[in-house]
Amino acid sequence: MKTSRRSFLKTGGIAALGLYALPFAGEVLAESDLPKAIHNPNALRGEHWAMVVDMQKCWKQQEQKQCKECLVACHTVHNVPEIDSIKEEIKWIWTNNYENVFPGQTDDFNTQNLLGKPFIALCNHCTNPPCVRVCPTKATFKRAEDGIVMMDFHRCIGCRYCMAGCPYGARSFNFRDPQPYIKTELNMKFPTRERGVVEKCNFCAERLADGLLPACVEACKAGALSFGDLADPNSVVRKIVSSRFTMRRKPELGTQPNVYYIV
Amino acid sequence: MKIYDARYILIGLAIFVALFTLPFWYNMGKAAPAPELKLDTPVIQQMAVKQCVLPKAEMRTGHMQMLNDWRTWVVRDGLRTYVAADGKTYNMSLQKECMNCHSNKTKFCDQCHTYAGLKVGSVPYCWTCHIAPKENQ
Amino acid sequence: MLERALTGDKRYYRWIMFLLVLMGLGFASYLYQFNKGLTITGMSRDVSWGFYIAQFTFLVGVAASAVMVVLPYYLHDVKVFGKITILGEFLAIASVTMCLLFIVVDLGKPMRLLNVLLYPTPNSVLFWDMVVLNGYLFLNLLIGWNVLEAERKGVHYPNWVKPLIYLSIPWAVSIHTVTAFLYAGLPGRHYWLTAIMAARFLASAFASGPALLILLAFLVKKYTKFDPGKEAIDKLSQIITYAMLISLFFVGLEVFTAFYSNIPTHMEALEYLFFGIHGHGRLVPFMWLFLILAIVAVVLLINPKTRKNEKTLKIACLATFFSMWLEKGLGLVIAGFIPNPFNELREYSPTIPELMIALGVWATGIFVLTVLYKIATSVKEETAS
Repeated sequence: MKTSRRSFLKTGGIAALGLYALPFAGEVLAESDLPKAIHNPNALRGEHWAMVVDMQKCWKQQEQKQCKECLVACHTVHNVPEIDSIKEEIKWIWTNNYENVFPGQTDDFNTQNLLGKPFIALCNHCTNPPCVRVCPTKATFKRAEDGIVMMDFHRCIGCRYCMAGCPYGARSFNFRDPQPYIKTELNMKFPTRERGVVEKCNFCAERLADGLLPACVEACKAGALSFGDLADPNSVVRKIVSSRFTMRRKPELGTQPNVYYIV
Repeated sequence: MKIYDARYILIGLAIFVALFTLPFWYNMGKAAPAPELKLDTPVIQQMAVKQCVLPKAEMRTGHMQMLNDWRTWVVRDGLRTYVAADGKTYNMSLQKECMNCHSNKTKFCDQCHTYAGLKVGSVPYCWTCHIAPKENQ
Repeated sequence: MLERALTGDKRYYRWIMFLLVLMGLGFASYLYQFNKGLTITGMSRDVSWGFYIAQFTFLVGVAASAVMVVLPYYLHDVKVFGKITILGEFLAIASVTMCLLFIVVDLGKPMRLLNVLLYPTPNSVLFWDMVVLNGYLFLNLLIGWNVLEAERKGVHYPNWVKPLIYLSIPWAVSIHTVTAFLYAGLPGRHYWLTAIMAARFLASAFASGPALLILLAFLVKKYTKFDPGKEAIDKLSQIITYAMLISLFFVGLEVFTAFYSNIPTHMEALEYLFFGIHGHGRLVPFMWLFLILAIVAVVLLINPKTRKNEKTLKIACLATFFSMWLEKGLGLVIAGFIPNPFNELREYSPTIPELMIALGVWATGIFVLTVLYKIATSVKEETAS
C-alpha cells in the first residue's frame, strides 16, 4: 500500500489518540452494581442550617467568669492548630470587638455601649457565598442538601482566591504543617489538615451526621448559641429570627449570611 | 552510512539508556521481603465473622478507589453510611471505621505500601491528615 | 530555528549564563518554599496574596500589549509596524510564561494544579483566567513562530495563520479583562470593587507594554543588525502618551469617587496607599514615586521634541514602565487587603526568599525573551542581506 510518511503519521496519531478511549470503554461496558451510600440513620437533617448568637447571654456569662468554652470546644474537636503568629494563625471561631465584627456600623452615639465588647465570629455559611463563586476547583462548595459551605481538603489547590473573596475574614490558610502546633488533645475521630490548604468552620457537618449539635453550641454554658434549620418553622432559630430584631454582618453585600446576632 | 559527531551521540545515548533503565537496576540485589500482613488486632479477634467492607481481592485492588468514592460521598454529598453488597452497613470513615479494625497500621497498611516503594508521607499521604492510630511499639 | 539561539557572541553567552544563574537561585529558593510551605513568604491570613500575584497582575498587562502593534498592522495596514510585530508577539510569550510561573509558585498545593482542568468551574474567574492565558500563549507561539518561519523561507505565511492573528486581537483584550475581573467582582474588597478596574488594566497595559517594547527595540538596534524602524517607535510612543494620560485620568476618577462620596470603605485603601493610616504606611513612598515617575513620563511624552529625541524617549519609557509597575505590581493587589475585613491594619512585606523566587521567575521570562529575540533577529538579519 503506497502511503506517504506524512499521511502515515497523521493516521497513526489519530489512532494513538483513540487509545485514550480504552479506560472509559471499560467503565461503560462494565455492569454498574453501585453499592449504595445513604445518610446516617440518626443524623440531624436540615435544608438551611443557621445559627443565632445571643451576645447578651454570652456577656452575662463572661461577667461570672472568663468563658472561652465554645472556642476551645471547636478547636479541640477539629484538631485546629494553635499557631502563635497573627500572620499565620488558624481559627474557625474567635472573638473580636464590635467595631471590628461590624465595621461601618459604628458612630459616636448609638453604639457607644457596644464599642470594645467582644463578639463571636465564624464562617457565616452564606446563602450566596462569594467564596464558592470564585473557587476554581469547587474545593469549597455549598452543599445543596443542607446549605453548609463545605471544604474538600482533597481538592483544594491552595490558590487562596476564596480568602480574597470572603468579606468576613472567616478563612485561614495553612502556611506551614499544622500537626506540630496542635496543642489540644488530638481528636482521633477527625483528621487534621495539611500545609497548603485553606480551612474554616464547617458547621460541624460530621457531628450533625451523628445526631449531635455543633461543638460550640453544645459547649456554651450560657445557652448563647442556637442552631437549627431555618426552613423548619418550628426550629429554635426560625422562631428567634422571625420574632425579634437580629443583626447580620455586612448585609449590604448580598451574601445573605446565616449567622444572626442578638445584640 | 556516516555518523557525524559519533562520540557525542554514543556517550549521550549511553547516559540516556542508563537513566531510562534506572528503576530496573537501582535496587538490584536488594530484594525486599514479601509483605506480611497481620490481622490480629484486638477488634478483629473479637469479631464473630471476620469480614471487611469488601472481599479481600476487591479490597486489595480497589481500596484506593473505594476510599476516594467514600470521600466524595461523605464530604460532597453528606452521605456517611455505606451499604455493602450483602446489606451490612458501615460508617464511611478511614479513621473511625477502617482503622478501628486495622489499628496496627505499621503491620498492615505499611507492609504493602513500603514493599511497593510508596514512601510514607508522600504517597499515599493519607496520614499527614488522617491521624494514624497509636500503636504500642 | 531554535539552533539560532545556540550560537552568538561572547556578550550573548555571558548574558545567558547570568540569567541561568539567577534562574538557578530562584529555583533553589523555590525548593525551600516547596519544602517548608508558604510560611517563608511575607503573606498572611489578612494579606493572602502578595508579591507573586502582584507580579502576575502587572505582567498580564505587558503580555496584552502585543495587540498594540498587531492590531494596527494586521487590521488597519499600518505598515510601519511590520518589523516590530514579531518583537511584540515574542514579548507576549515571555510575559505570559512569567504570569503562569508566578501563579504556580504562589499555589499552596502546586501538585494539584490539574484539578483546575479536571474539575472545570465556569463560575470561577480563575478558571477562565487559566483558559485565556494558556490560549494566548498558544496563539502567540503559533502565530509568531509560523510568521517568522515563513519569513525565513521567503514565502508568505500559511493562510490558516490569518484567522489566528485576528483571534489574538480580542483575545489579548480578554486576558486582562479576565484578570481584572478576578479583582473587580469580589464584594468584600472595596478598593477593587470598581467598574473601571478592567479599563484601568487596559490603559496601564497599553502604556507599560509598549514602553518596554520601545526599550527592547532600542536594545535590539544596538546589539544586532536589525532595526525595527524609527517610524514604528515614533508611532508607539504616541500610543504610550495617550495610554499614560488615560491611566492617570482613571486614577483621578478613582480618587474623585472615593473622596467626594466620602464613603469610608472607598477612601481607606487610597488613604493607606498615599498617606498611611495610624502610622501604617509602608507603601507610601512607593506610591508617591509612582506619581512622580508618571508625571515625568507624561511631561516628556507630551512634548513632541522630547518624545522624538531618543535619549529623553528612553527616560520616558523607563519612567512609564516603572511607574506602572509600582502602581499595579505593588499598590493594587496589596492595598486591596488593607484594611482587612475587620477594619484592622495588617501590613505586608515580601521576604528575601520570596523576592529570590520572584527574581528567578523574572529571569526565566527574560531568558525566554532573549532566546526568542535572538532567533527573530538572526532570521531578520539573514533575510535582510
